[in-house]
Amino acid sequence: MQRVVVLGALSDIAEAAARQYADEGARLVLAGRDPARLQAVADDLRLRGANDVRIAAGDLTRMDPELSIAEWAEAMGGIDVVLLAYGVLGEQRALEQDLPAAAALIDTNFRSAALWSMAAANFFEKARSGTLVVIGSVAGDRGRQSNYLYGATKAGLAVLVQGLAHRLAPAGAKAILVKPGFVDTAMTAHIPNKGALWSTPEKVAGLIRKAAMRGKPVAYAPGYWRLIMQVIKTVPTPIFHRTKL
Amino acid sequence: MSLSFHNDDSVTSWGRMGRRSHQLARPRFLSDVGDWNASSRQARLAIGNRRSYSDVCLSEGNRLIDMTGVGRFRSFDPATGVLVAEAGLTIDALLKHFVPLGYFVPVTPGTRFVTLGGAVANDVHGKNHHVTGTFGSHVRWLTLERSGEGTVRTSSEGHSDLFAATIGGLGLTGIISEVAVRLQPIGSSQIAVENVACDNLDELCDGLAAGDEHFEHNVAWIDCTAKGDRLGRGLLSRGNWSDNGPLEPHGDPRRTMPTDRAGALLNPLTLRLFNMGYHAKGKLTEGRSVSHYEPFLYPLDSVLHWNRLYGRRGFYQYQCVIPEREGREPVRELLRTIAASGEGSFLAVLKRFGDRPSPGMLSFPMPGLTLALDFANRGPQTLALLARLDAIVEAASGRLYPAKDMRLPPHLFTKGYPRMAEFASHIDPMCQSDFWKRMAA
Repeated sequence: MQRVVVLGALSDIAEAAARQYADEGARLVLAGRDPARLQAVADDLRLRGANDVRIAAGDLTRMDPELSIAEWAEAMGGIDVVLLAYGVLGEQRALEQDLPAAAALIDTNFRSAALWSMAAANFFEKARSGTLVVIGSVAGDRGRQSNYLYGATKAGLAVLVQGLAHRLAPAGAKAILVKPGFVDTAMTAHIPNKGALWSTPEKVAGLIRKAAMRGKPVAYAPGYWRLIMQVIKTVPTPIFHRTKL
Repeated sequence: MSLSFHNDDSVTSWGRMGRRSHQLARPRFLSDVGDWNASSRQARLAIGNRRSYSDVCLSEGNRLIDMTGVGRFRSFDPATGVLVAEAGLTIDALLKHFVPLGYFVPVTPGTRFVTLGGAVANDVHGKNHHVTGTFGSHVRWLTLERSGEGTVRTSSEGHSDLFAATIGGLGLTGIISEVAVRLQPIGSSQIAVENVACDNLDELCDGLAAGDEHFEHNVAWIDCTAKGDRLGRGLLSRGNWSDNGPLEPHGDPRRTMPTDRAGALLNPLTLRLFNMGYHAKGKLTEGRSVSHYEPFLYPLDSVLHWNRLYGRRGFYQYQCVIPEREGREPVRELLRTIAASGEGSFLAVLKRFGDRPSPGMLSFPMPGLTLALDFANRGPQTLALLARLDAIVEAASGRLYPAKDMRLPPHLFTKGYPRMAEFASHIDPMCQSDFWKRMAA
């Protein structure tokens, strides 16, 4: 029976992943902002077969990661997986003209996510087991005019998780970065005509579960995004700068 | 938090006729729907998984609230079998969890890709109607988000008129947010099936009537292209849940219809050939077998997007019920008219509705024979054919099914649904659908 902490449990992808853990009888901590929503998610997960679901309602950027993780570990008798699934997409154009809002996005997507990751790593290193799974983004692979701030926070997180994976290897613990491509979620609901490259949150959640089991430090979800991003990364700058990507 | 709407100018119903522009939101939490309802006085319609063939799930220019993101389980009581869930839960997702535990939905339409809210709003029926009645007969209570009132819980005990209006109420009495439905215990996921080929309508109708005594599921596929002595020939398909066997849920659809270009292949000749072949195959495979529920209850669900089969212009589905006292002659007349036209569908279905009444004011089923089939949209000639069918249904005091009929004539609706005026008094003034706009005009 796995003991799983989900940070940002109210997102489409996080909830879909939590359902898969619940189906297997996992114990779960759901951390997120809104207590009523967390309650709705928790009720569903209990009915699906979760053995124990706890709610931690609060602002993740203000909670104390180390204290929280210690508390949850005690409540569940340990932690096997920490899934970090929160992040804000933001509106690139608007953020460029509103630097305090840009700072808030960096604070959420990078500063707080990095500190939660490090707190989880500290715990897993001591426990000499456990898996940290962080949801990154293909947007972090190459800076583009349309979403480079979001992309930069995810790129920063990618290097951090890479370093944690290196650090945790001797202890037998793992840190994994999962980079979803286009996912049909609340974050992207306004985009019309979603084509063949779009995945459902359920599909991506399944790939996250797989990645957590395999333990390779970077996983694209689905895997073909590795190839797509390889191509995008190798487009020469003079050509790239003429695109509107 | 409230709902965020975006413009979507390509909303279409399952019949794929016309694309209409809406402001669409896909909430994930009931609290968002409630907050929005409390503060908004905008015309709206809540929709489910868009498996209705008609304009009951469209409301052009208005706000459309796609409830499929709000589909969580809330509670289940093994002592009573009552499941409480958010209205966007699909039967597909419900069965994946509950079949292994030995439960099934008491009533299912021919597709499992419908939401509980949609099942309530259209008061759907299944192959077991003669035993269990409609879906609405098994709903213990439900909650609505009503403009100006907020959350209202209705049941046969509290707000019972509103409850009766909501069952089959086409989503017009408010946003259906939660549904409590009593599940049916099953001993296995297998159905003991019997298939019988019949050479004409009398044999088929006699077989359906006799089968109602012995089989929980009882339906007939009918060859709508056969004429003369063979008019109304078809295959009886009936079965009962097996008490013993595995409890295995269904899998995901294995195939998908990739394109809508195949519509060009559909013509009276191919239709006739398909129906002849299907009947011949039915004769060869007559007899008893044990089948998983999926191919028996959901034959079309194995092909995702099968509605593309009828091509880019879409299709009409036509489903009528002929009251018991009128017997089978009106059905014979309908079949004669259809066969003479050369139009019709691969899978036309005939079934006898039983006499278990639904609480719903606008519920479609009534005791008698119901015929359902598709017609590729060929413009005026299809509409002319459907008008001829309407005349037969009207003369027999029958009625048509709103969930299926994109062009259901208002006068037929008024005649077929005597409680229409009573129902109208329970409509949420902010709820609007294109279907109702046509009916009320």
